Amino acid sequence: MSDEANKGLLSPLRRKLLMGMAAVPAITMLPPASFAQAPATSAVNTTGLAVTDTEVTVGILHSATGTMAISETGSIEAEKLAIEQINAMGGVLGRKIKFIQEDGASDWPTFAEKAKKLLVNDKVAAIMGCWTSASRKAVLPVMEQYNGMLYYPTFYEGLEQSKNVIYTGQEATQQILAGLNWIAKEKGAKTFFFIGSDYIWPRTSNKIARKHVENVLKGKVVGEEYYALGSTQFNSVINKIKLTKPDVIFTDVVGGSNVAFYKQLKAAGIDLAKQPLLTISVTEDEIDGIGGENIAGAYACMKYFQSLDNPNNKAFVPAFKKAWGEKTVIGDVTQAAYLGPWLWKLTVEKAGSFDVDKIAAASPGVEFKGAPEGYVRIHENHHLWSKTRVGRAKLDGQFELIYETADLVEPDPFPKGYQ
Amino acid sequence: MFGDYSLGDLGSIFVMQGFAGLILFSVYVLMALGLAIIFGQMGVINMAHGEFMILGAYVTWMTSNLFQSYMPGLFGGYFFLAMILAFLASGALGMLVEWVLIRHLYKRPLDTLLATWGLSLMLQQAYRSVFGAREVGVELPQWMLGSLHVTDSIEVPINGVFVMGLTVLITISVAYVMYKSRWGRQVRAVVQNRIMAGAVGINTEKVDRYTYGLGCGIAGIAGSAFTMIGSTGPTSGQLYIVDTFLVVVFGGAASLLGTIASAFSISQTQSTLEFFMSGSMAKVLTLLAVVGILMLRPQGLFALKVRK
Repeated sequence: MSDEANKGLLSPLRRKLLMGMAAVPAITMLPPASFAQAPATSAVNTTGLAVTDTEVTVGILHSATGTMAISETGSIEAEKLAIEQINAMGGVLGRKIKFIQEDGASDWPTFAEKAKKLLVNDKVAAIMGCWTSASRKAVLPVMEQYNGMLYYPTFYEGLEQSKNVIYTGQEATQQILAGLNWIAKEKGAKTFFFIGSDYIWPRTSNKIARKHVENVLKGKVVGEEYYALGSTQFNSVINKIKLTKPDVIFTDVVGGSNVAFYKQLKAAGIDLAKQPLLTISVTEDEIDGIGGENIAGAYACMKYFQSLDNPNNKAFVPAFKKAWGEKTVIGDVTQAAYLGPWLWKLTVEKAGSFDVDKIAAASPGVEFKGAPEGYVRIHENHHLWSKTRVGRAKLDGQFELIYETADLVEPDPFPKGYQ
Repeated sequence: MFGDYSLGDLGSIFVMQGFAGLILFSVYVLMALGLAIIFGQMGVINMAHGEFMILGAYVTWMTSNLFQSYMPGLFGGYFFLAMILAFLASGALGMLVEWVLIRHLYKRPLDTLLATWGLSLMLQQAYRSVFGAREVGVELPQWMLGSLHVTDSIEVPINGVFVMGLTVLITISVAYVMYKSRWGRQVRAVVQNRIMAGAVGINTEKVDRYTYGLGCGIAGIAGSAFTMIGSTGPTSGQLYIVDTFLVVVFGGAASLLGTIASAFSISQTQSTLEFFMSGSMAKVLTLLAVVGILMLRPQGLFALKVRK
């Protein structure tokens, strides 16, 4: 995002007002000219969405309560920030974005119900939301039935594509393959030990990783272990790791288990400076709970780190901290959530309409040059072209960028030879 | 699976695996003791047990922040003070909850399940509002990190040893209080016959309040200790509640010895199976075994013999 974009950022006091009353007070900051250019509502909204001459309503649908609130809080914050910034720049097609926030409460049927409420009662033009695959799977039929548009921020297992969803996070092959290639080359790694939480994302990711290790890297998977979500005891598997002495530990453990795993790994005397560990599930958000001293030295592969050194990110990080507090950290998914409102705005402007069908059709090829991760572009399959990066965790809880792919990696939600 | 490894390797792995089992055993005992007192002695199904633990964890987190800001020199020892504060905080909250909520429900034990479950939801949301939805990282003093090198290939995690020591200490204290002290005798008297205990001059209300407080306080200590091995967030308590009930019910609700025996058998089964198969399969088999045994012995491993 350009510097001009940030001048309009709101003071904390203003932000509090905003949170209470949605985007209404921000109208005062609008350059008067932009109203004049706004096209007629009847032209840009032919399907009865909540669009007026001055406002357009979108939905934010995440868990603000329940077990997933830990993860989804960052996404909510990022989406609100993006909406604020877009409004400060004059909105979308001359209209302010107003948001209605619903709480999915970490419960998948609730997500579906709230999505239906947003689409049917509130007639929102788009929904920024969902985090876990389970919540997305619950919401997907609703989006397709009532023809809504969902911007989904989390990196996920792939094997899905819908006209009604834009996936702003990476799918599994995009995230994993480049990281495995890098660590195989850089560390000469031949043997891998997989450990993950026991649900669809780690299982699918590890399946892809195993095919890649065995068929492409000609290496060997010496262990593949799954622990129930919420497990807090990893001493047995750590002993197995010690016994098999893998070149690389590859992990996709999530949630509270993550914290337990790294603390116990450290306590068992496994020094991550000497034992390479590659994770696809630890972002800056998770390190807050794990503690930098427990995970320093580990490698993570994903598309965004808070420490990225580019002009967009240099503007984004201070803006985020100004809005949500000096101590907040920004992880991969938070950044992907920030892309949602922006990509939607750019697509609406490209299509010249808020109509969902037109947005779905116009999405492929939409570019966002102001993304904190750098340039991104929407693919025909509604996923994003993006770079994959490897970072090394530091004591202070930040990642140091070690490697990034030279080009954008093509999203491939249905990878051939990996299923 | 062992063909490729030397005898020395295998030997040290078995030693470490033994320790892993013992650590799991200590963790189970520590988290179940408080519940064993409340559920076993008072018959209250305390679904908010995990939240009392997490209160202890948050107290530990606040203490560590306090020491870091004002007494960095004494940081190495903050954990002991934190555990005492955790005991007091959780215990005090427990006594308050007993006074406000539980004491009205002694005649309706099943309703305590619903009431304390509601309480657990309220506490979770309260933690979320006060401490934020994200997990907090509790920083540990340097001496508690890392492992003891016994030999080149045998390493024992220090925090595991710490939890073991703590468990032994607390178990002995609880056993002493319950079976040797005058107050413990009063507790057992109230459990056996509330009306008679009242008739001989025991203040049963006070005994109830302190018993509940003690159970919650021990949960607080457990939560404090688990900041070393697990996460501290508004809903982290939920990670422990199932295992805790499993241990207490399997052991026989009214017996402290049963709790210990059950923690031992579950933890050893679990950690041995985990070594030979995947973690979630091990859990499935452990639970199956527990279900099977409870079908044959519904009263649990150790049950008080009472005339019916």
